[in-house]
Amino acid sequence: MNPDVVIGTGEAVVFWVLGPIALAGALGMVLSRNAVHSALWLVNTMLALGVFYVVQEAPFLGAVQIIVYTGAIMILFLFVLMLVGRDSSDSVVETLRGQRVAAIVLGLGFAGLVGAGIARATQGIPVAGLAAVQGAETSNIEAIAEVLFTRYLLAFEVTSALLITAAVGAMVLAHIEREPGTRPTQKELSRARFLTDRPQTLPGPGVFARGNSVAAPALLPDGRLAEDSFATGIEPQEVEQMPRPTGRAELGTPDAALGTLDPAPSDVPGGRDR
Amino acid sequence: MILAAAADQPTLADFGTDVWWIVLIKVVGVFALLVLLTLFAIVFERKVVARMQQRIGPNRVGPRGYLQSLADGLKLAFKEDIMPALADKPVYFLAPVLATVPAFLAFSVIPLGPVVSIFGQQTPLQLTDAPIGVLVVLACSAMGIYGIVLGGWASGSTYPLLGSLRSAAQMISYEIAMGLSIVAVFLYAGSMSTSEIVAAQADGNPVSFFGLEFTGPGWFAVLLPVSFVIYVIAVVGETNRAPFDLPEAESELVGGFHTEYSSLKFALFFLAEYINMVTVSALAATLFLGGWRAPWPISVWDGANSGWWPLLWFFLKVVAALFVFIWLRGTLPRLRYDQFMRFGWKVLVPTALVWILAVATMRTVAREADLSTGQVALFVGVPIALLVIAVLLVASRASNRATRLAAREAAAGSNHPTEPEVLPPPGPRRGPGGPSRAEGGFPIPPMDLAVPPSPRLRRRDAVAPEGAVVGTGRRSTTTIEEDVDD
Repeated sequence: MNPDVVIGTGEAVVFWVLGPIALAGALGMVLSRNAVHSALWLVNTMLALGVFYVVQEAPFLGAVQIIVYTGAIMILFLFVLMLVGRDSSDSVVETLRGQRVAAIVLGLGFAGLVGAGIARATQGIPVAGLAAVQGAETSNIEAIAEVLFTRYLLAFEVTSALLITAAVGAMVLAHIEREPGTRPTQKELSRARFLTDRPQTLPGPGVFARGNSVAAPALLPDGRLAEDSFATGIEPQEVEQMPRPTGRAELGTPDAALGTLDPAPSDVPGGRDR
Repeated sequence: MILAAAADQPTLADFGTDVWWIVLIKVVGVFALLVLLTLFAIVFERKVVARMQQRIGPNRVGPRGYLQSLADGLKLAFKEDIMPALADKPVYFLAPVLATVPAFLAFSVIPLGPVVSIFGQQTPLQLTDAPIGVLVVLACSAMGIYGIVLGGWASGSTYPLLGSLRSAAQMISYEIAMGLSIVAVFLYAGSMSTSEIVAAQADGNPVSFFGLEFTGPGWFAVLLPVSFVIYVIAVVGETNRAPFDLPEAESELVGGFHTEYSSLKFALFFLAEYINMVTVSALAATLFLGGWRAPWPISVWDGANSGWWPLLWFFLKVVAALFVFIWLRGTLPRLRYDQFMRFGWKVLVPTALVWILAVATMRTVAREADLSTGQVALFVGVPIALLVIAVLLVASRASNRATRLAAREAAAGSNHPTEPEVLPPPGPRRGPGGPSRAEGGFPIPPMDLAVPPSPRLRRRDAVAPEGAVVGTGRRSTTTIEEDVDD
């Protein structure tokens, strides 16, 4: 290893603190039964990775990792998972016999293979350090921009074309073509309504009434039923009204009814005896 | 871009060299500042909205009611903490924390002032800065979405879930527009660090207009007006404020994502919302309104941009931006969800993209033709802006033509529906006989619904026995006694 490149204390501390956290996130993602919990563990790992990038003097990469992967892509994942419902945890019943053991063995084998391969491939590679690669003067952001827009320009553009194609494809699949003019716009409806006798909305069921059932029609100020508010397809039902006391002089004090079986002050809708 | 920035203008090299107790002071200072600004913003909002609605507003607690939000906050802390039975407990607990922590973090890169002396130490009035300063704010706002989304999901209830779904879609959409609006600022400032963006707005743009020499403003709000407008609109959506407060639309979703929350957890959501407001206002001041630098008439005074004075200018700008938030809330009705998304994706994002293209092109042209920024703005920007405004005026007039004609006819006494078949025929639709068709393609309930008789409904045939019908709470006691007696 190049003796010029020294890992600082702070970097080591960050690594040993965040490394286990990232690993725990990865394990939690695999092991948790609830899909949303899995996604959250993955968010945890991605955040830790983002901090790793920043610590290794690639702040732009770290910020993009957090903004794009954690902030946008995982939110979209969550968006879909949330629609699945909160109680749909994984079933523990194995449908394929022995698949769990096979998956664990194969996964460990694959991890060992990749790890060993990378370890062998990177063994003995001289470490140059970031400053030597991008030049001590330029910042990391400028170095990334330069490489991205010169050497990897074609790859960059092709990737964006691929993404655009995917987005357009998804839109085409999800799009419903509707003949223009088949459905009146809000503007047309509104204008037409204002040219009729009744521009305002119809009273909803239950306005000024005691029940909140859709069958309880609204009442007009004089106590009649408002026909405009009859609900679609339901027989309107009249609701028992609150007594409407008009004053103590007519009704007597309600305290007089306390402790008696007398249903004072008034049982009759509308307050007084008709 | 950075020409003759003053000596106390901090550069990136000034950060990361503070003594530990200076850092501590700054951290505590930013925290206290945000909490105080939240308390202030709530009272300020209630007072301003009250004024706009011809009311008095809070006037009981403290001098002229200014301690109202403090009292409310204390009350919230002492309220009962309710955990819904269906809640996903760890996530339900985590969500308010996830909403609040990034909100506090984002403010750490906001420059509050120049290099000042704190107990003999020269230090910039800013917690920290990085080459990616503004991206830190974007990352924090991206993380803040999780708090809202998870809060709604973990409540185990319908309205919160709807609110969180709305907020997920809304905040991602408007974050794209917000990010795109900032790109033009990066292009002009040549940096993503907040302190350098402030420095880039320090000097005006000298322009010579047919021999008339003057210095144009250096604010990016003037140089990049389209970016500024898009930013302002996008952050209103990003912070879930009216008229874009769909995730917590009271009239549709009760309280939206925080319906099930109470006590301190609710207070944390509330805190996060107002801190986000303060942060985006501060970012608007930093990116577009010259940061802590004094506005023009004051900047004539030499000492305006040194020492602790810039703190005052900065907070004046922040409060002005907060006022705009409140003004919008007091003025505009809430958008419908589809209108809102259409506006974000079909208007804001394409406009931002075209604007970036135009800005980048003009930057290249200016470099090739050796023009200064001020000249470009004056000789290219202003004519194009006038042209665009004229086209928009004509287009809007053309699209409103039918309405104008109808209004003129109506004013002249005509009262015939212009399109009689647009509205469904009046009459049987609402009648008790039942309608005959699905109208406008909207779902209609099954038509053979029979409502079971409710004890509270009047029985048409049988007369209710005396006292059996419960009318008021008081007489219900009587009824129960009666039942016992029977």
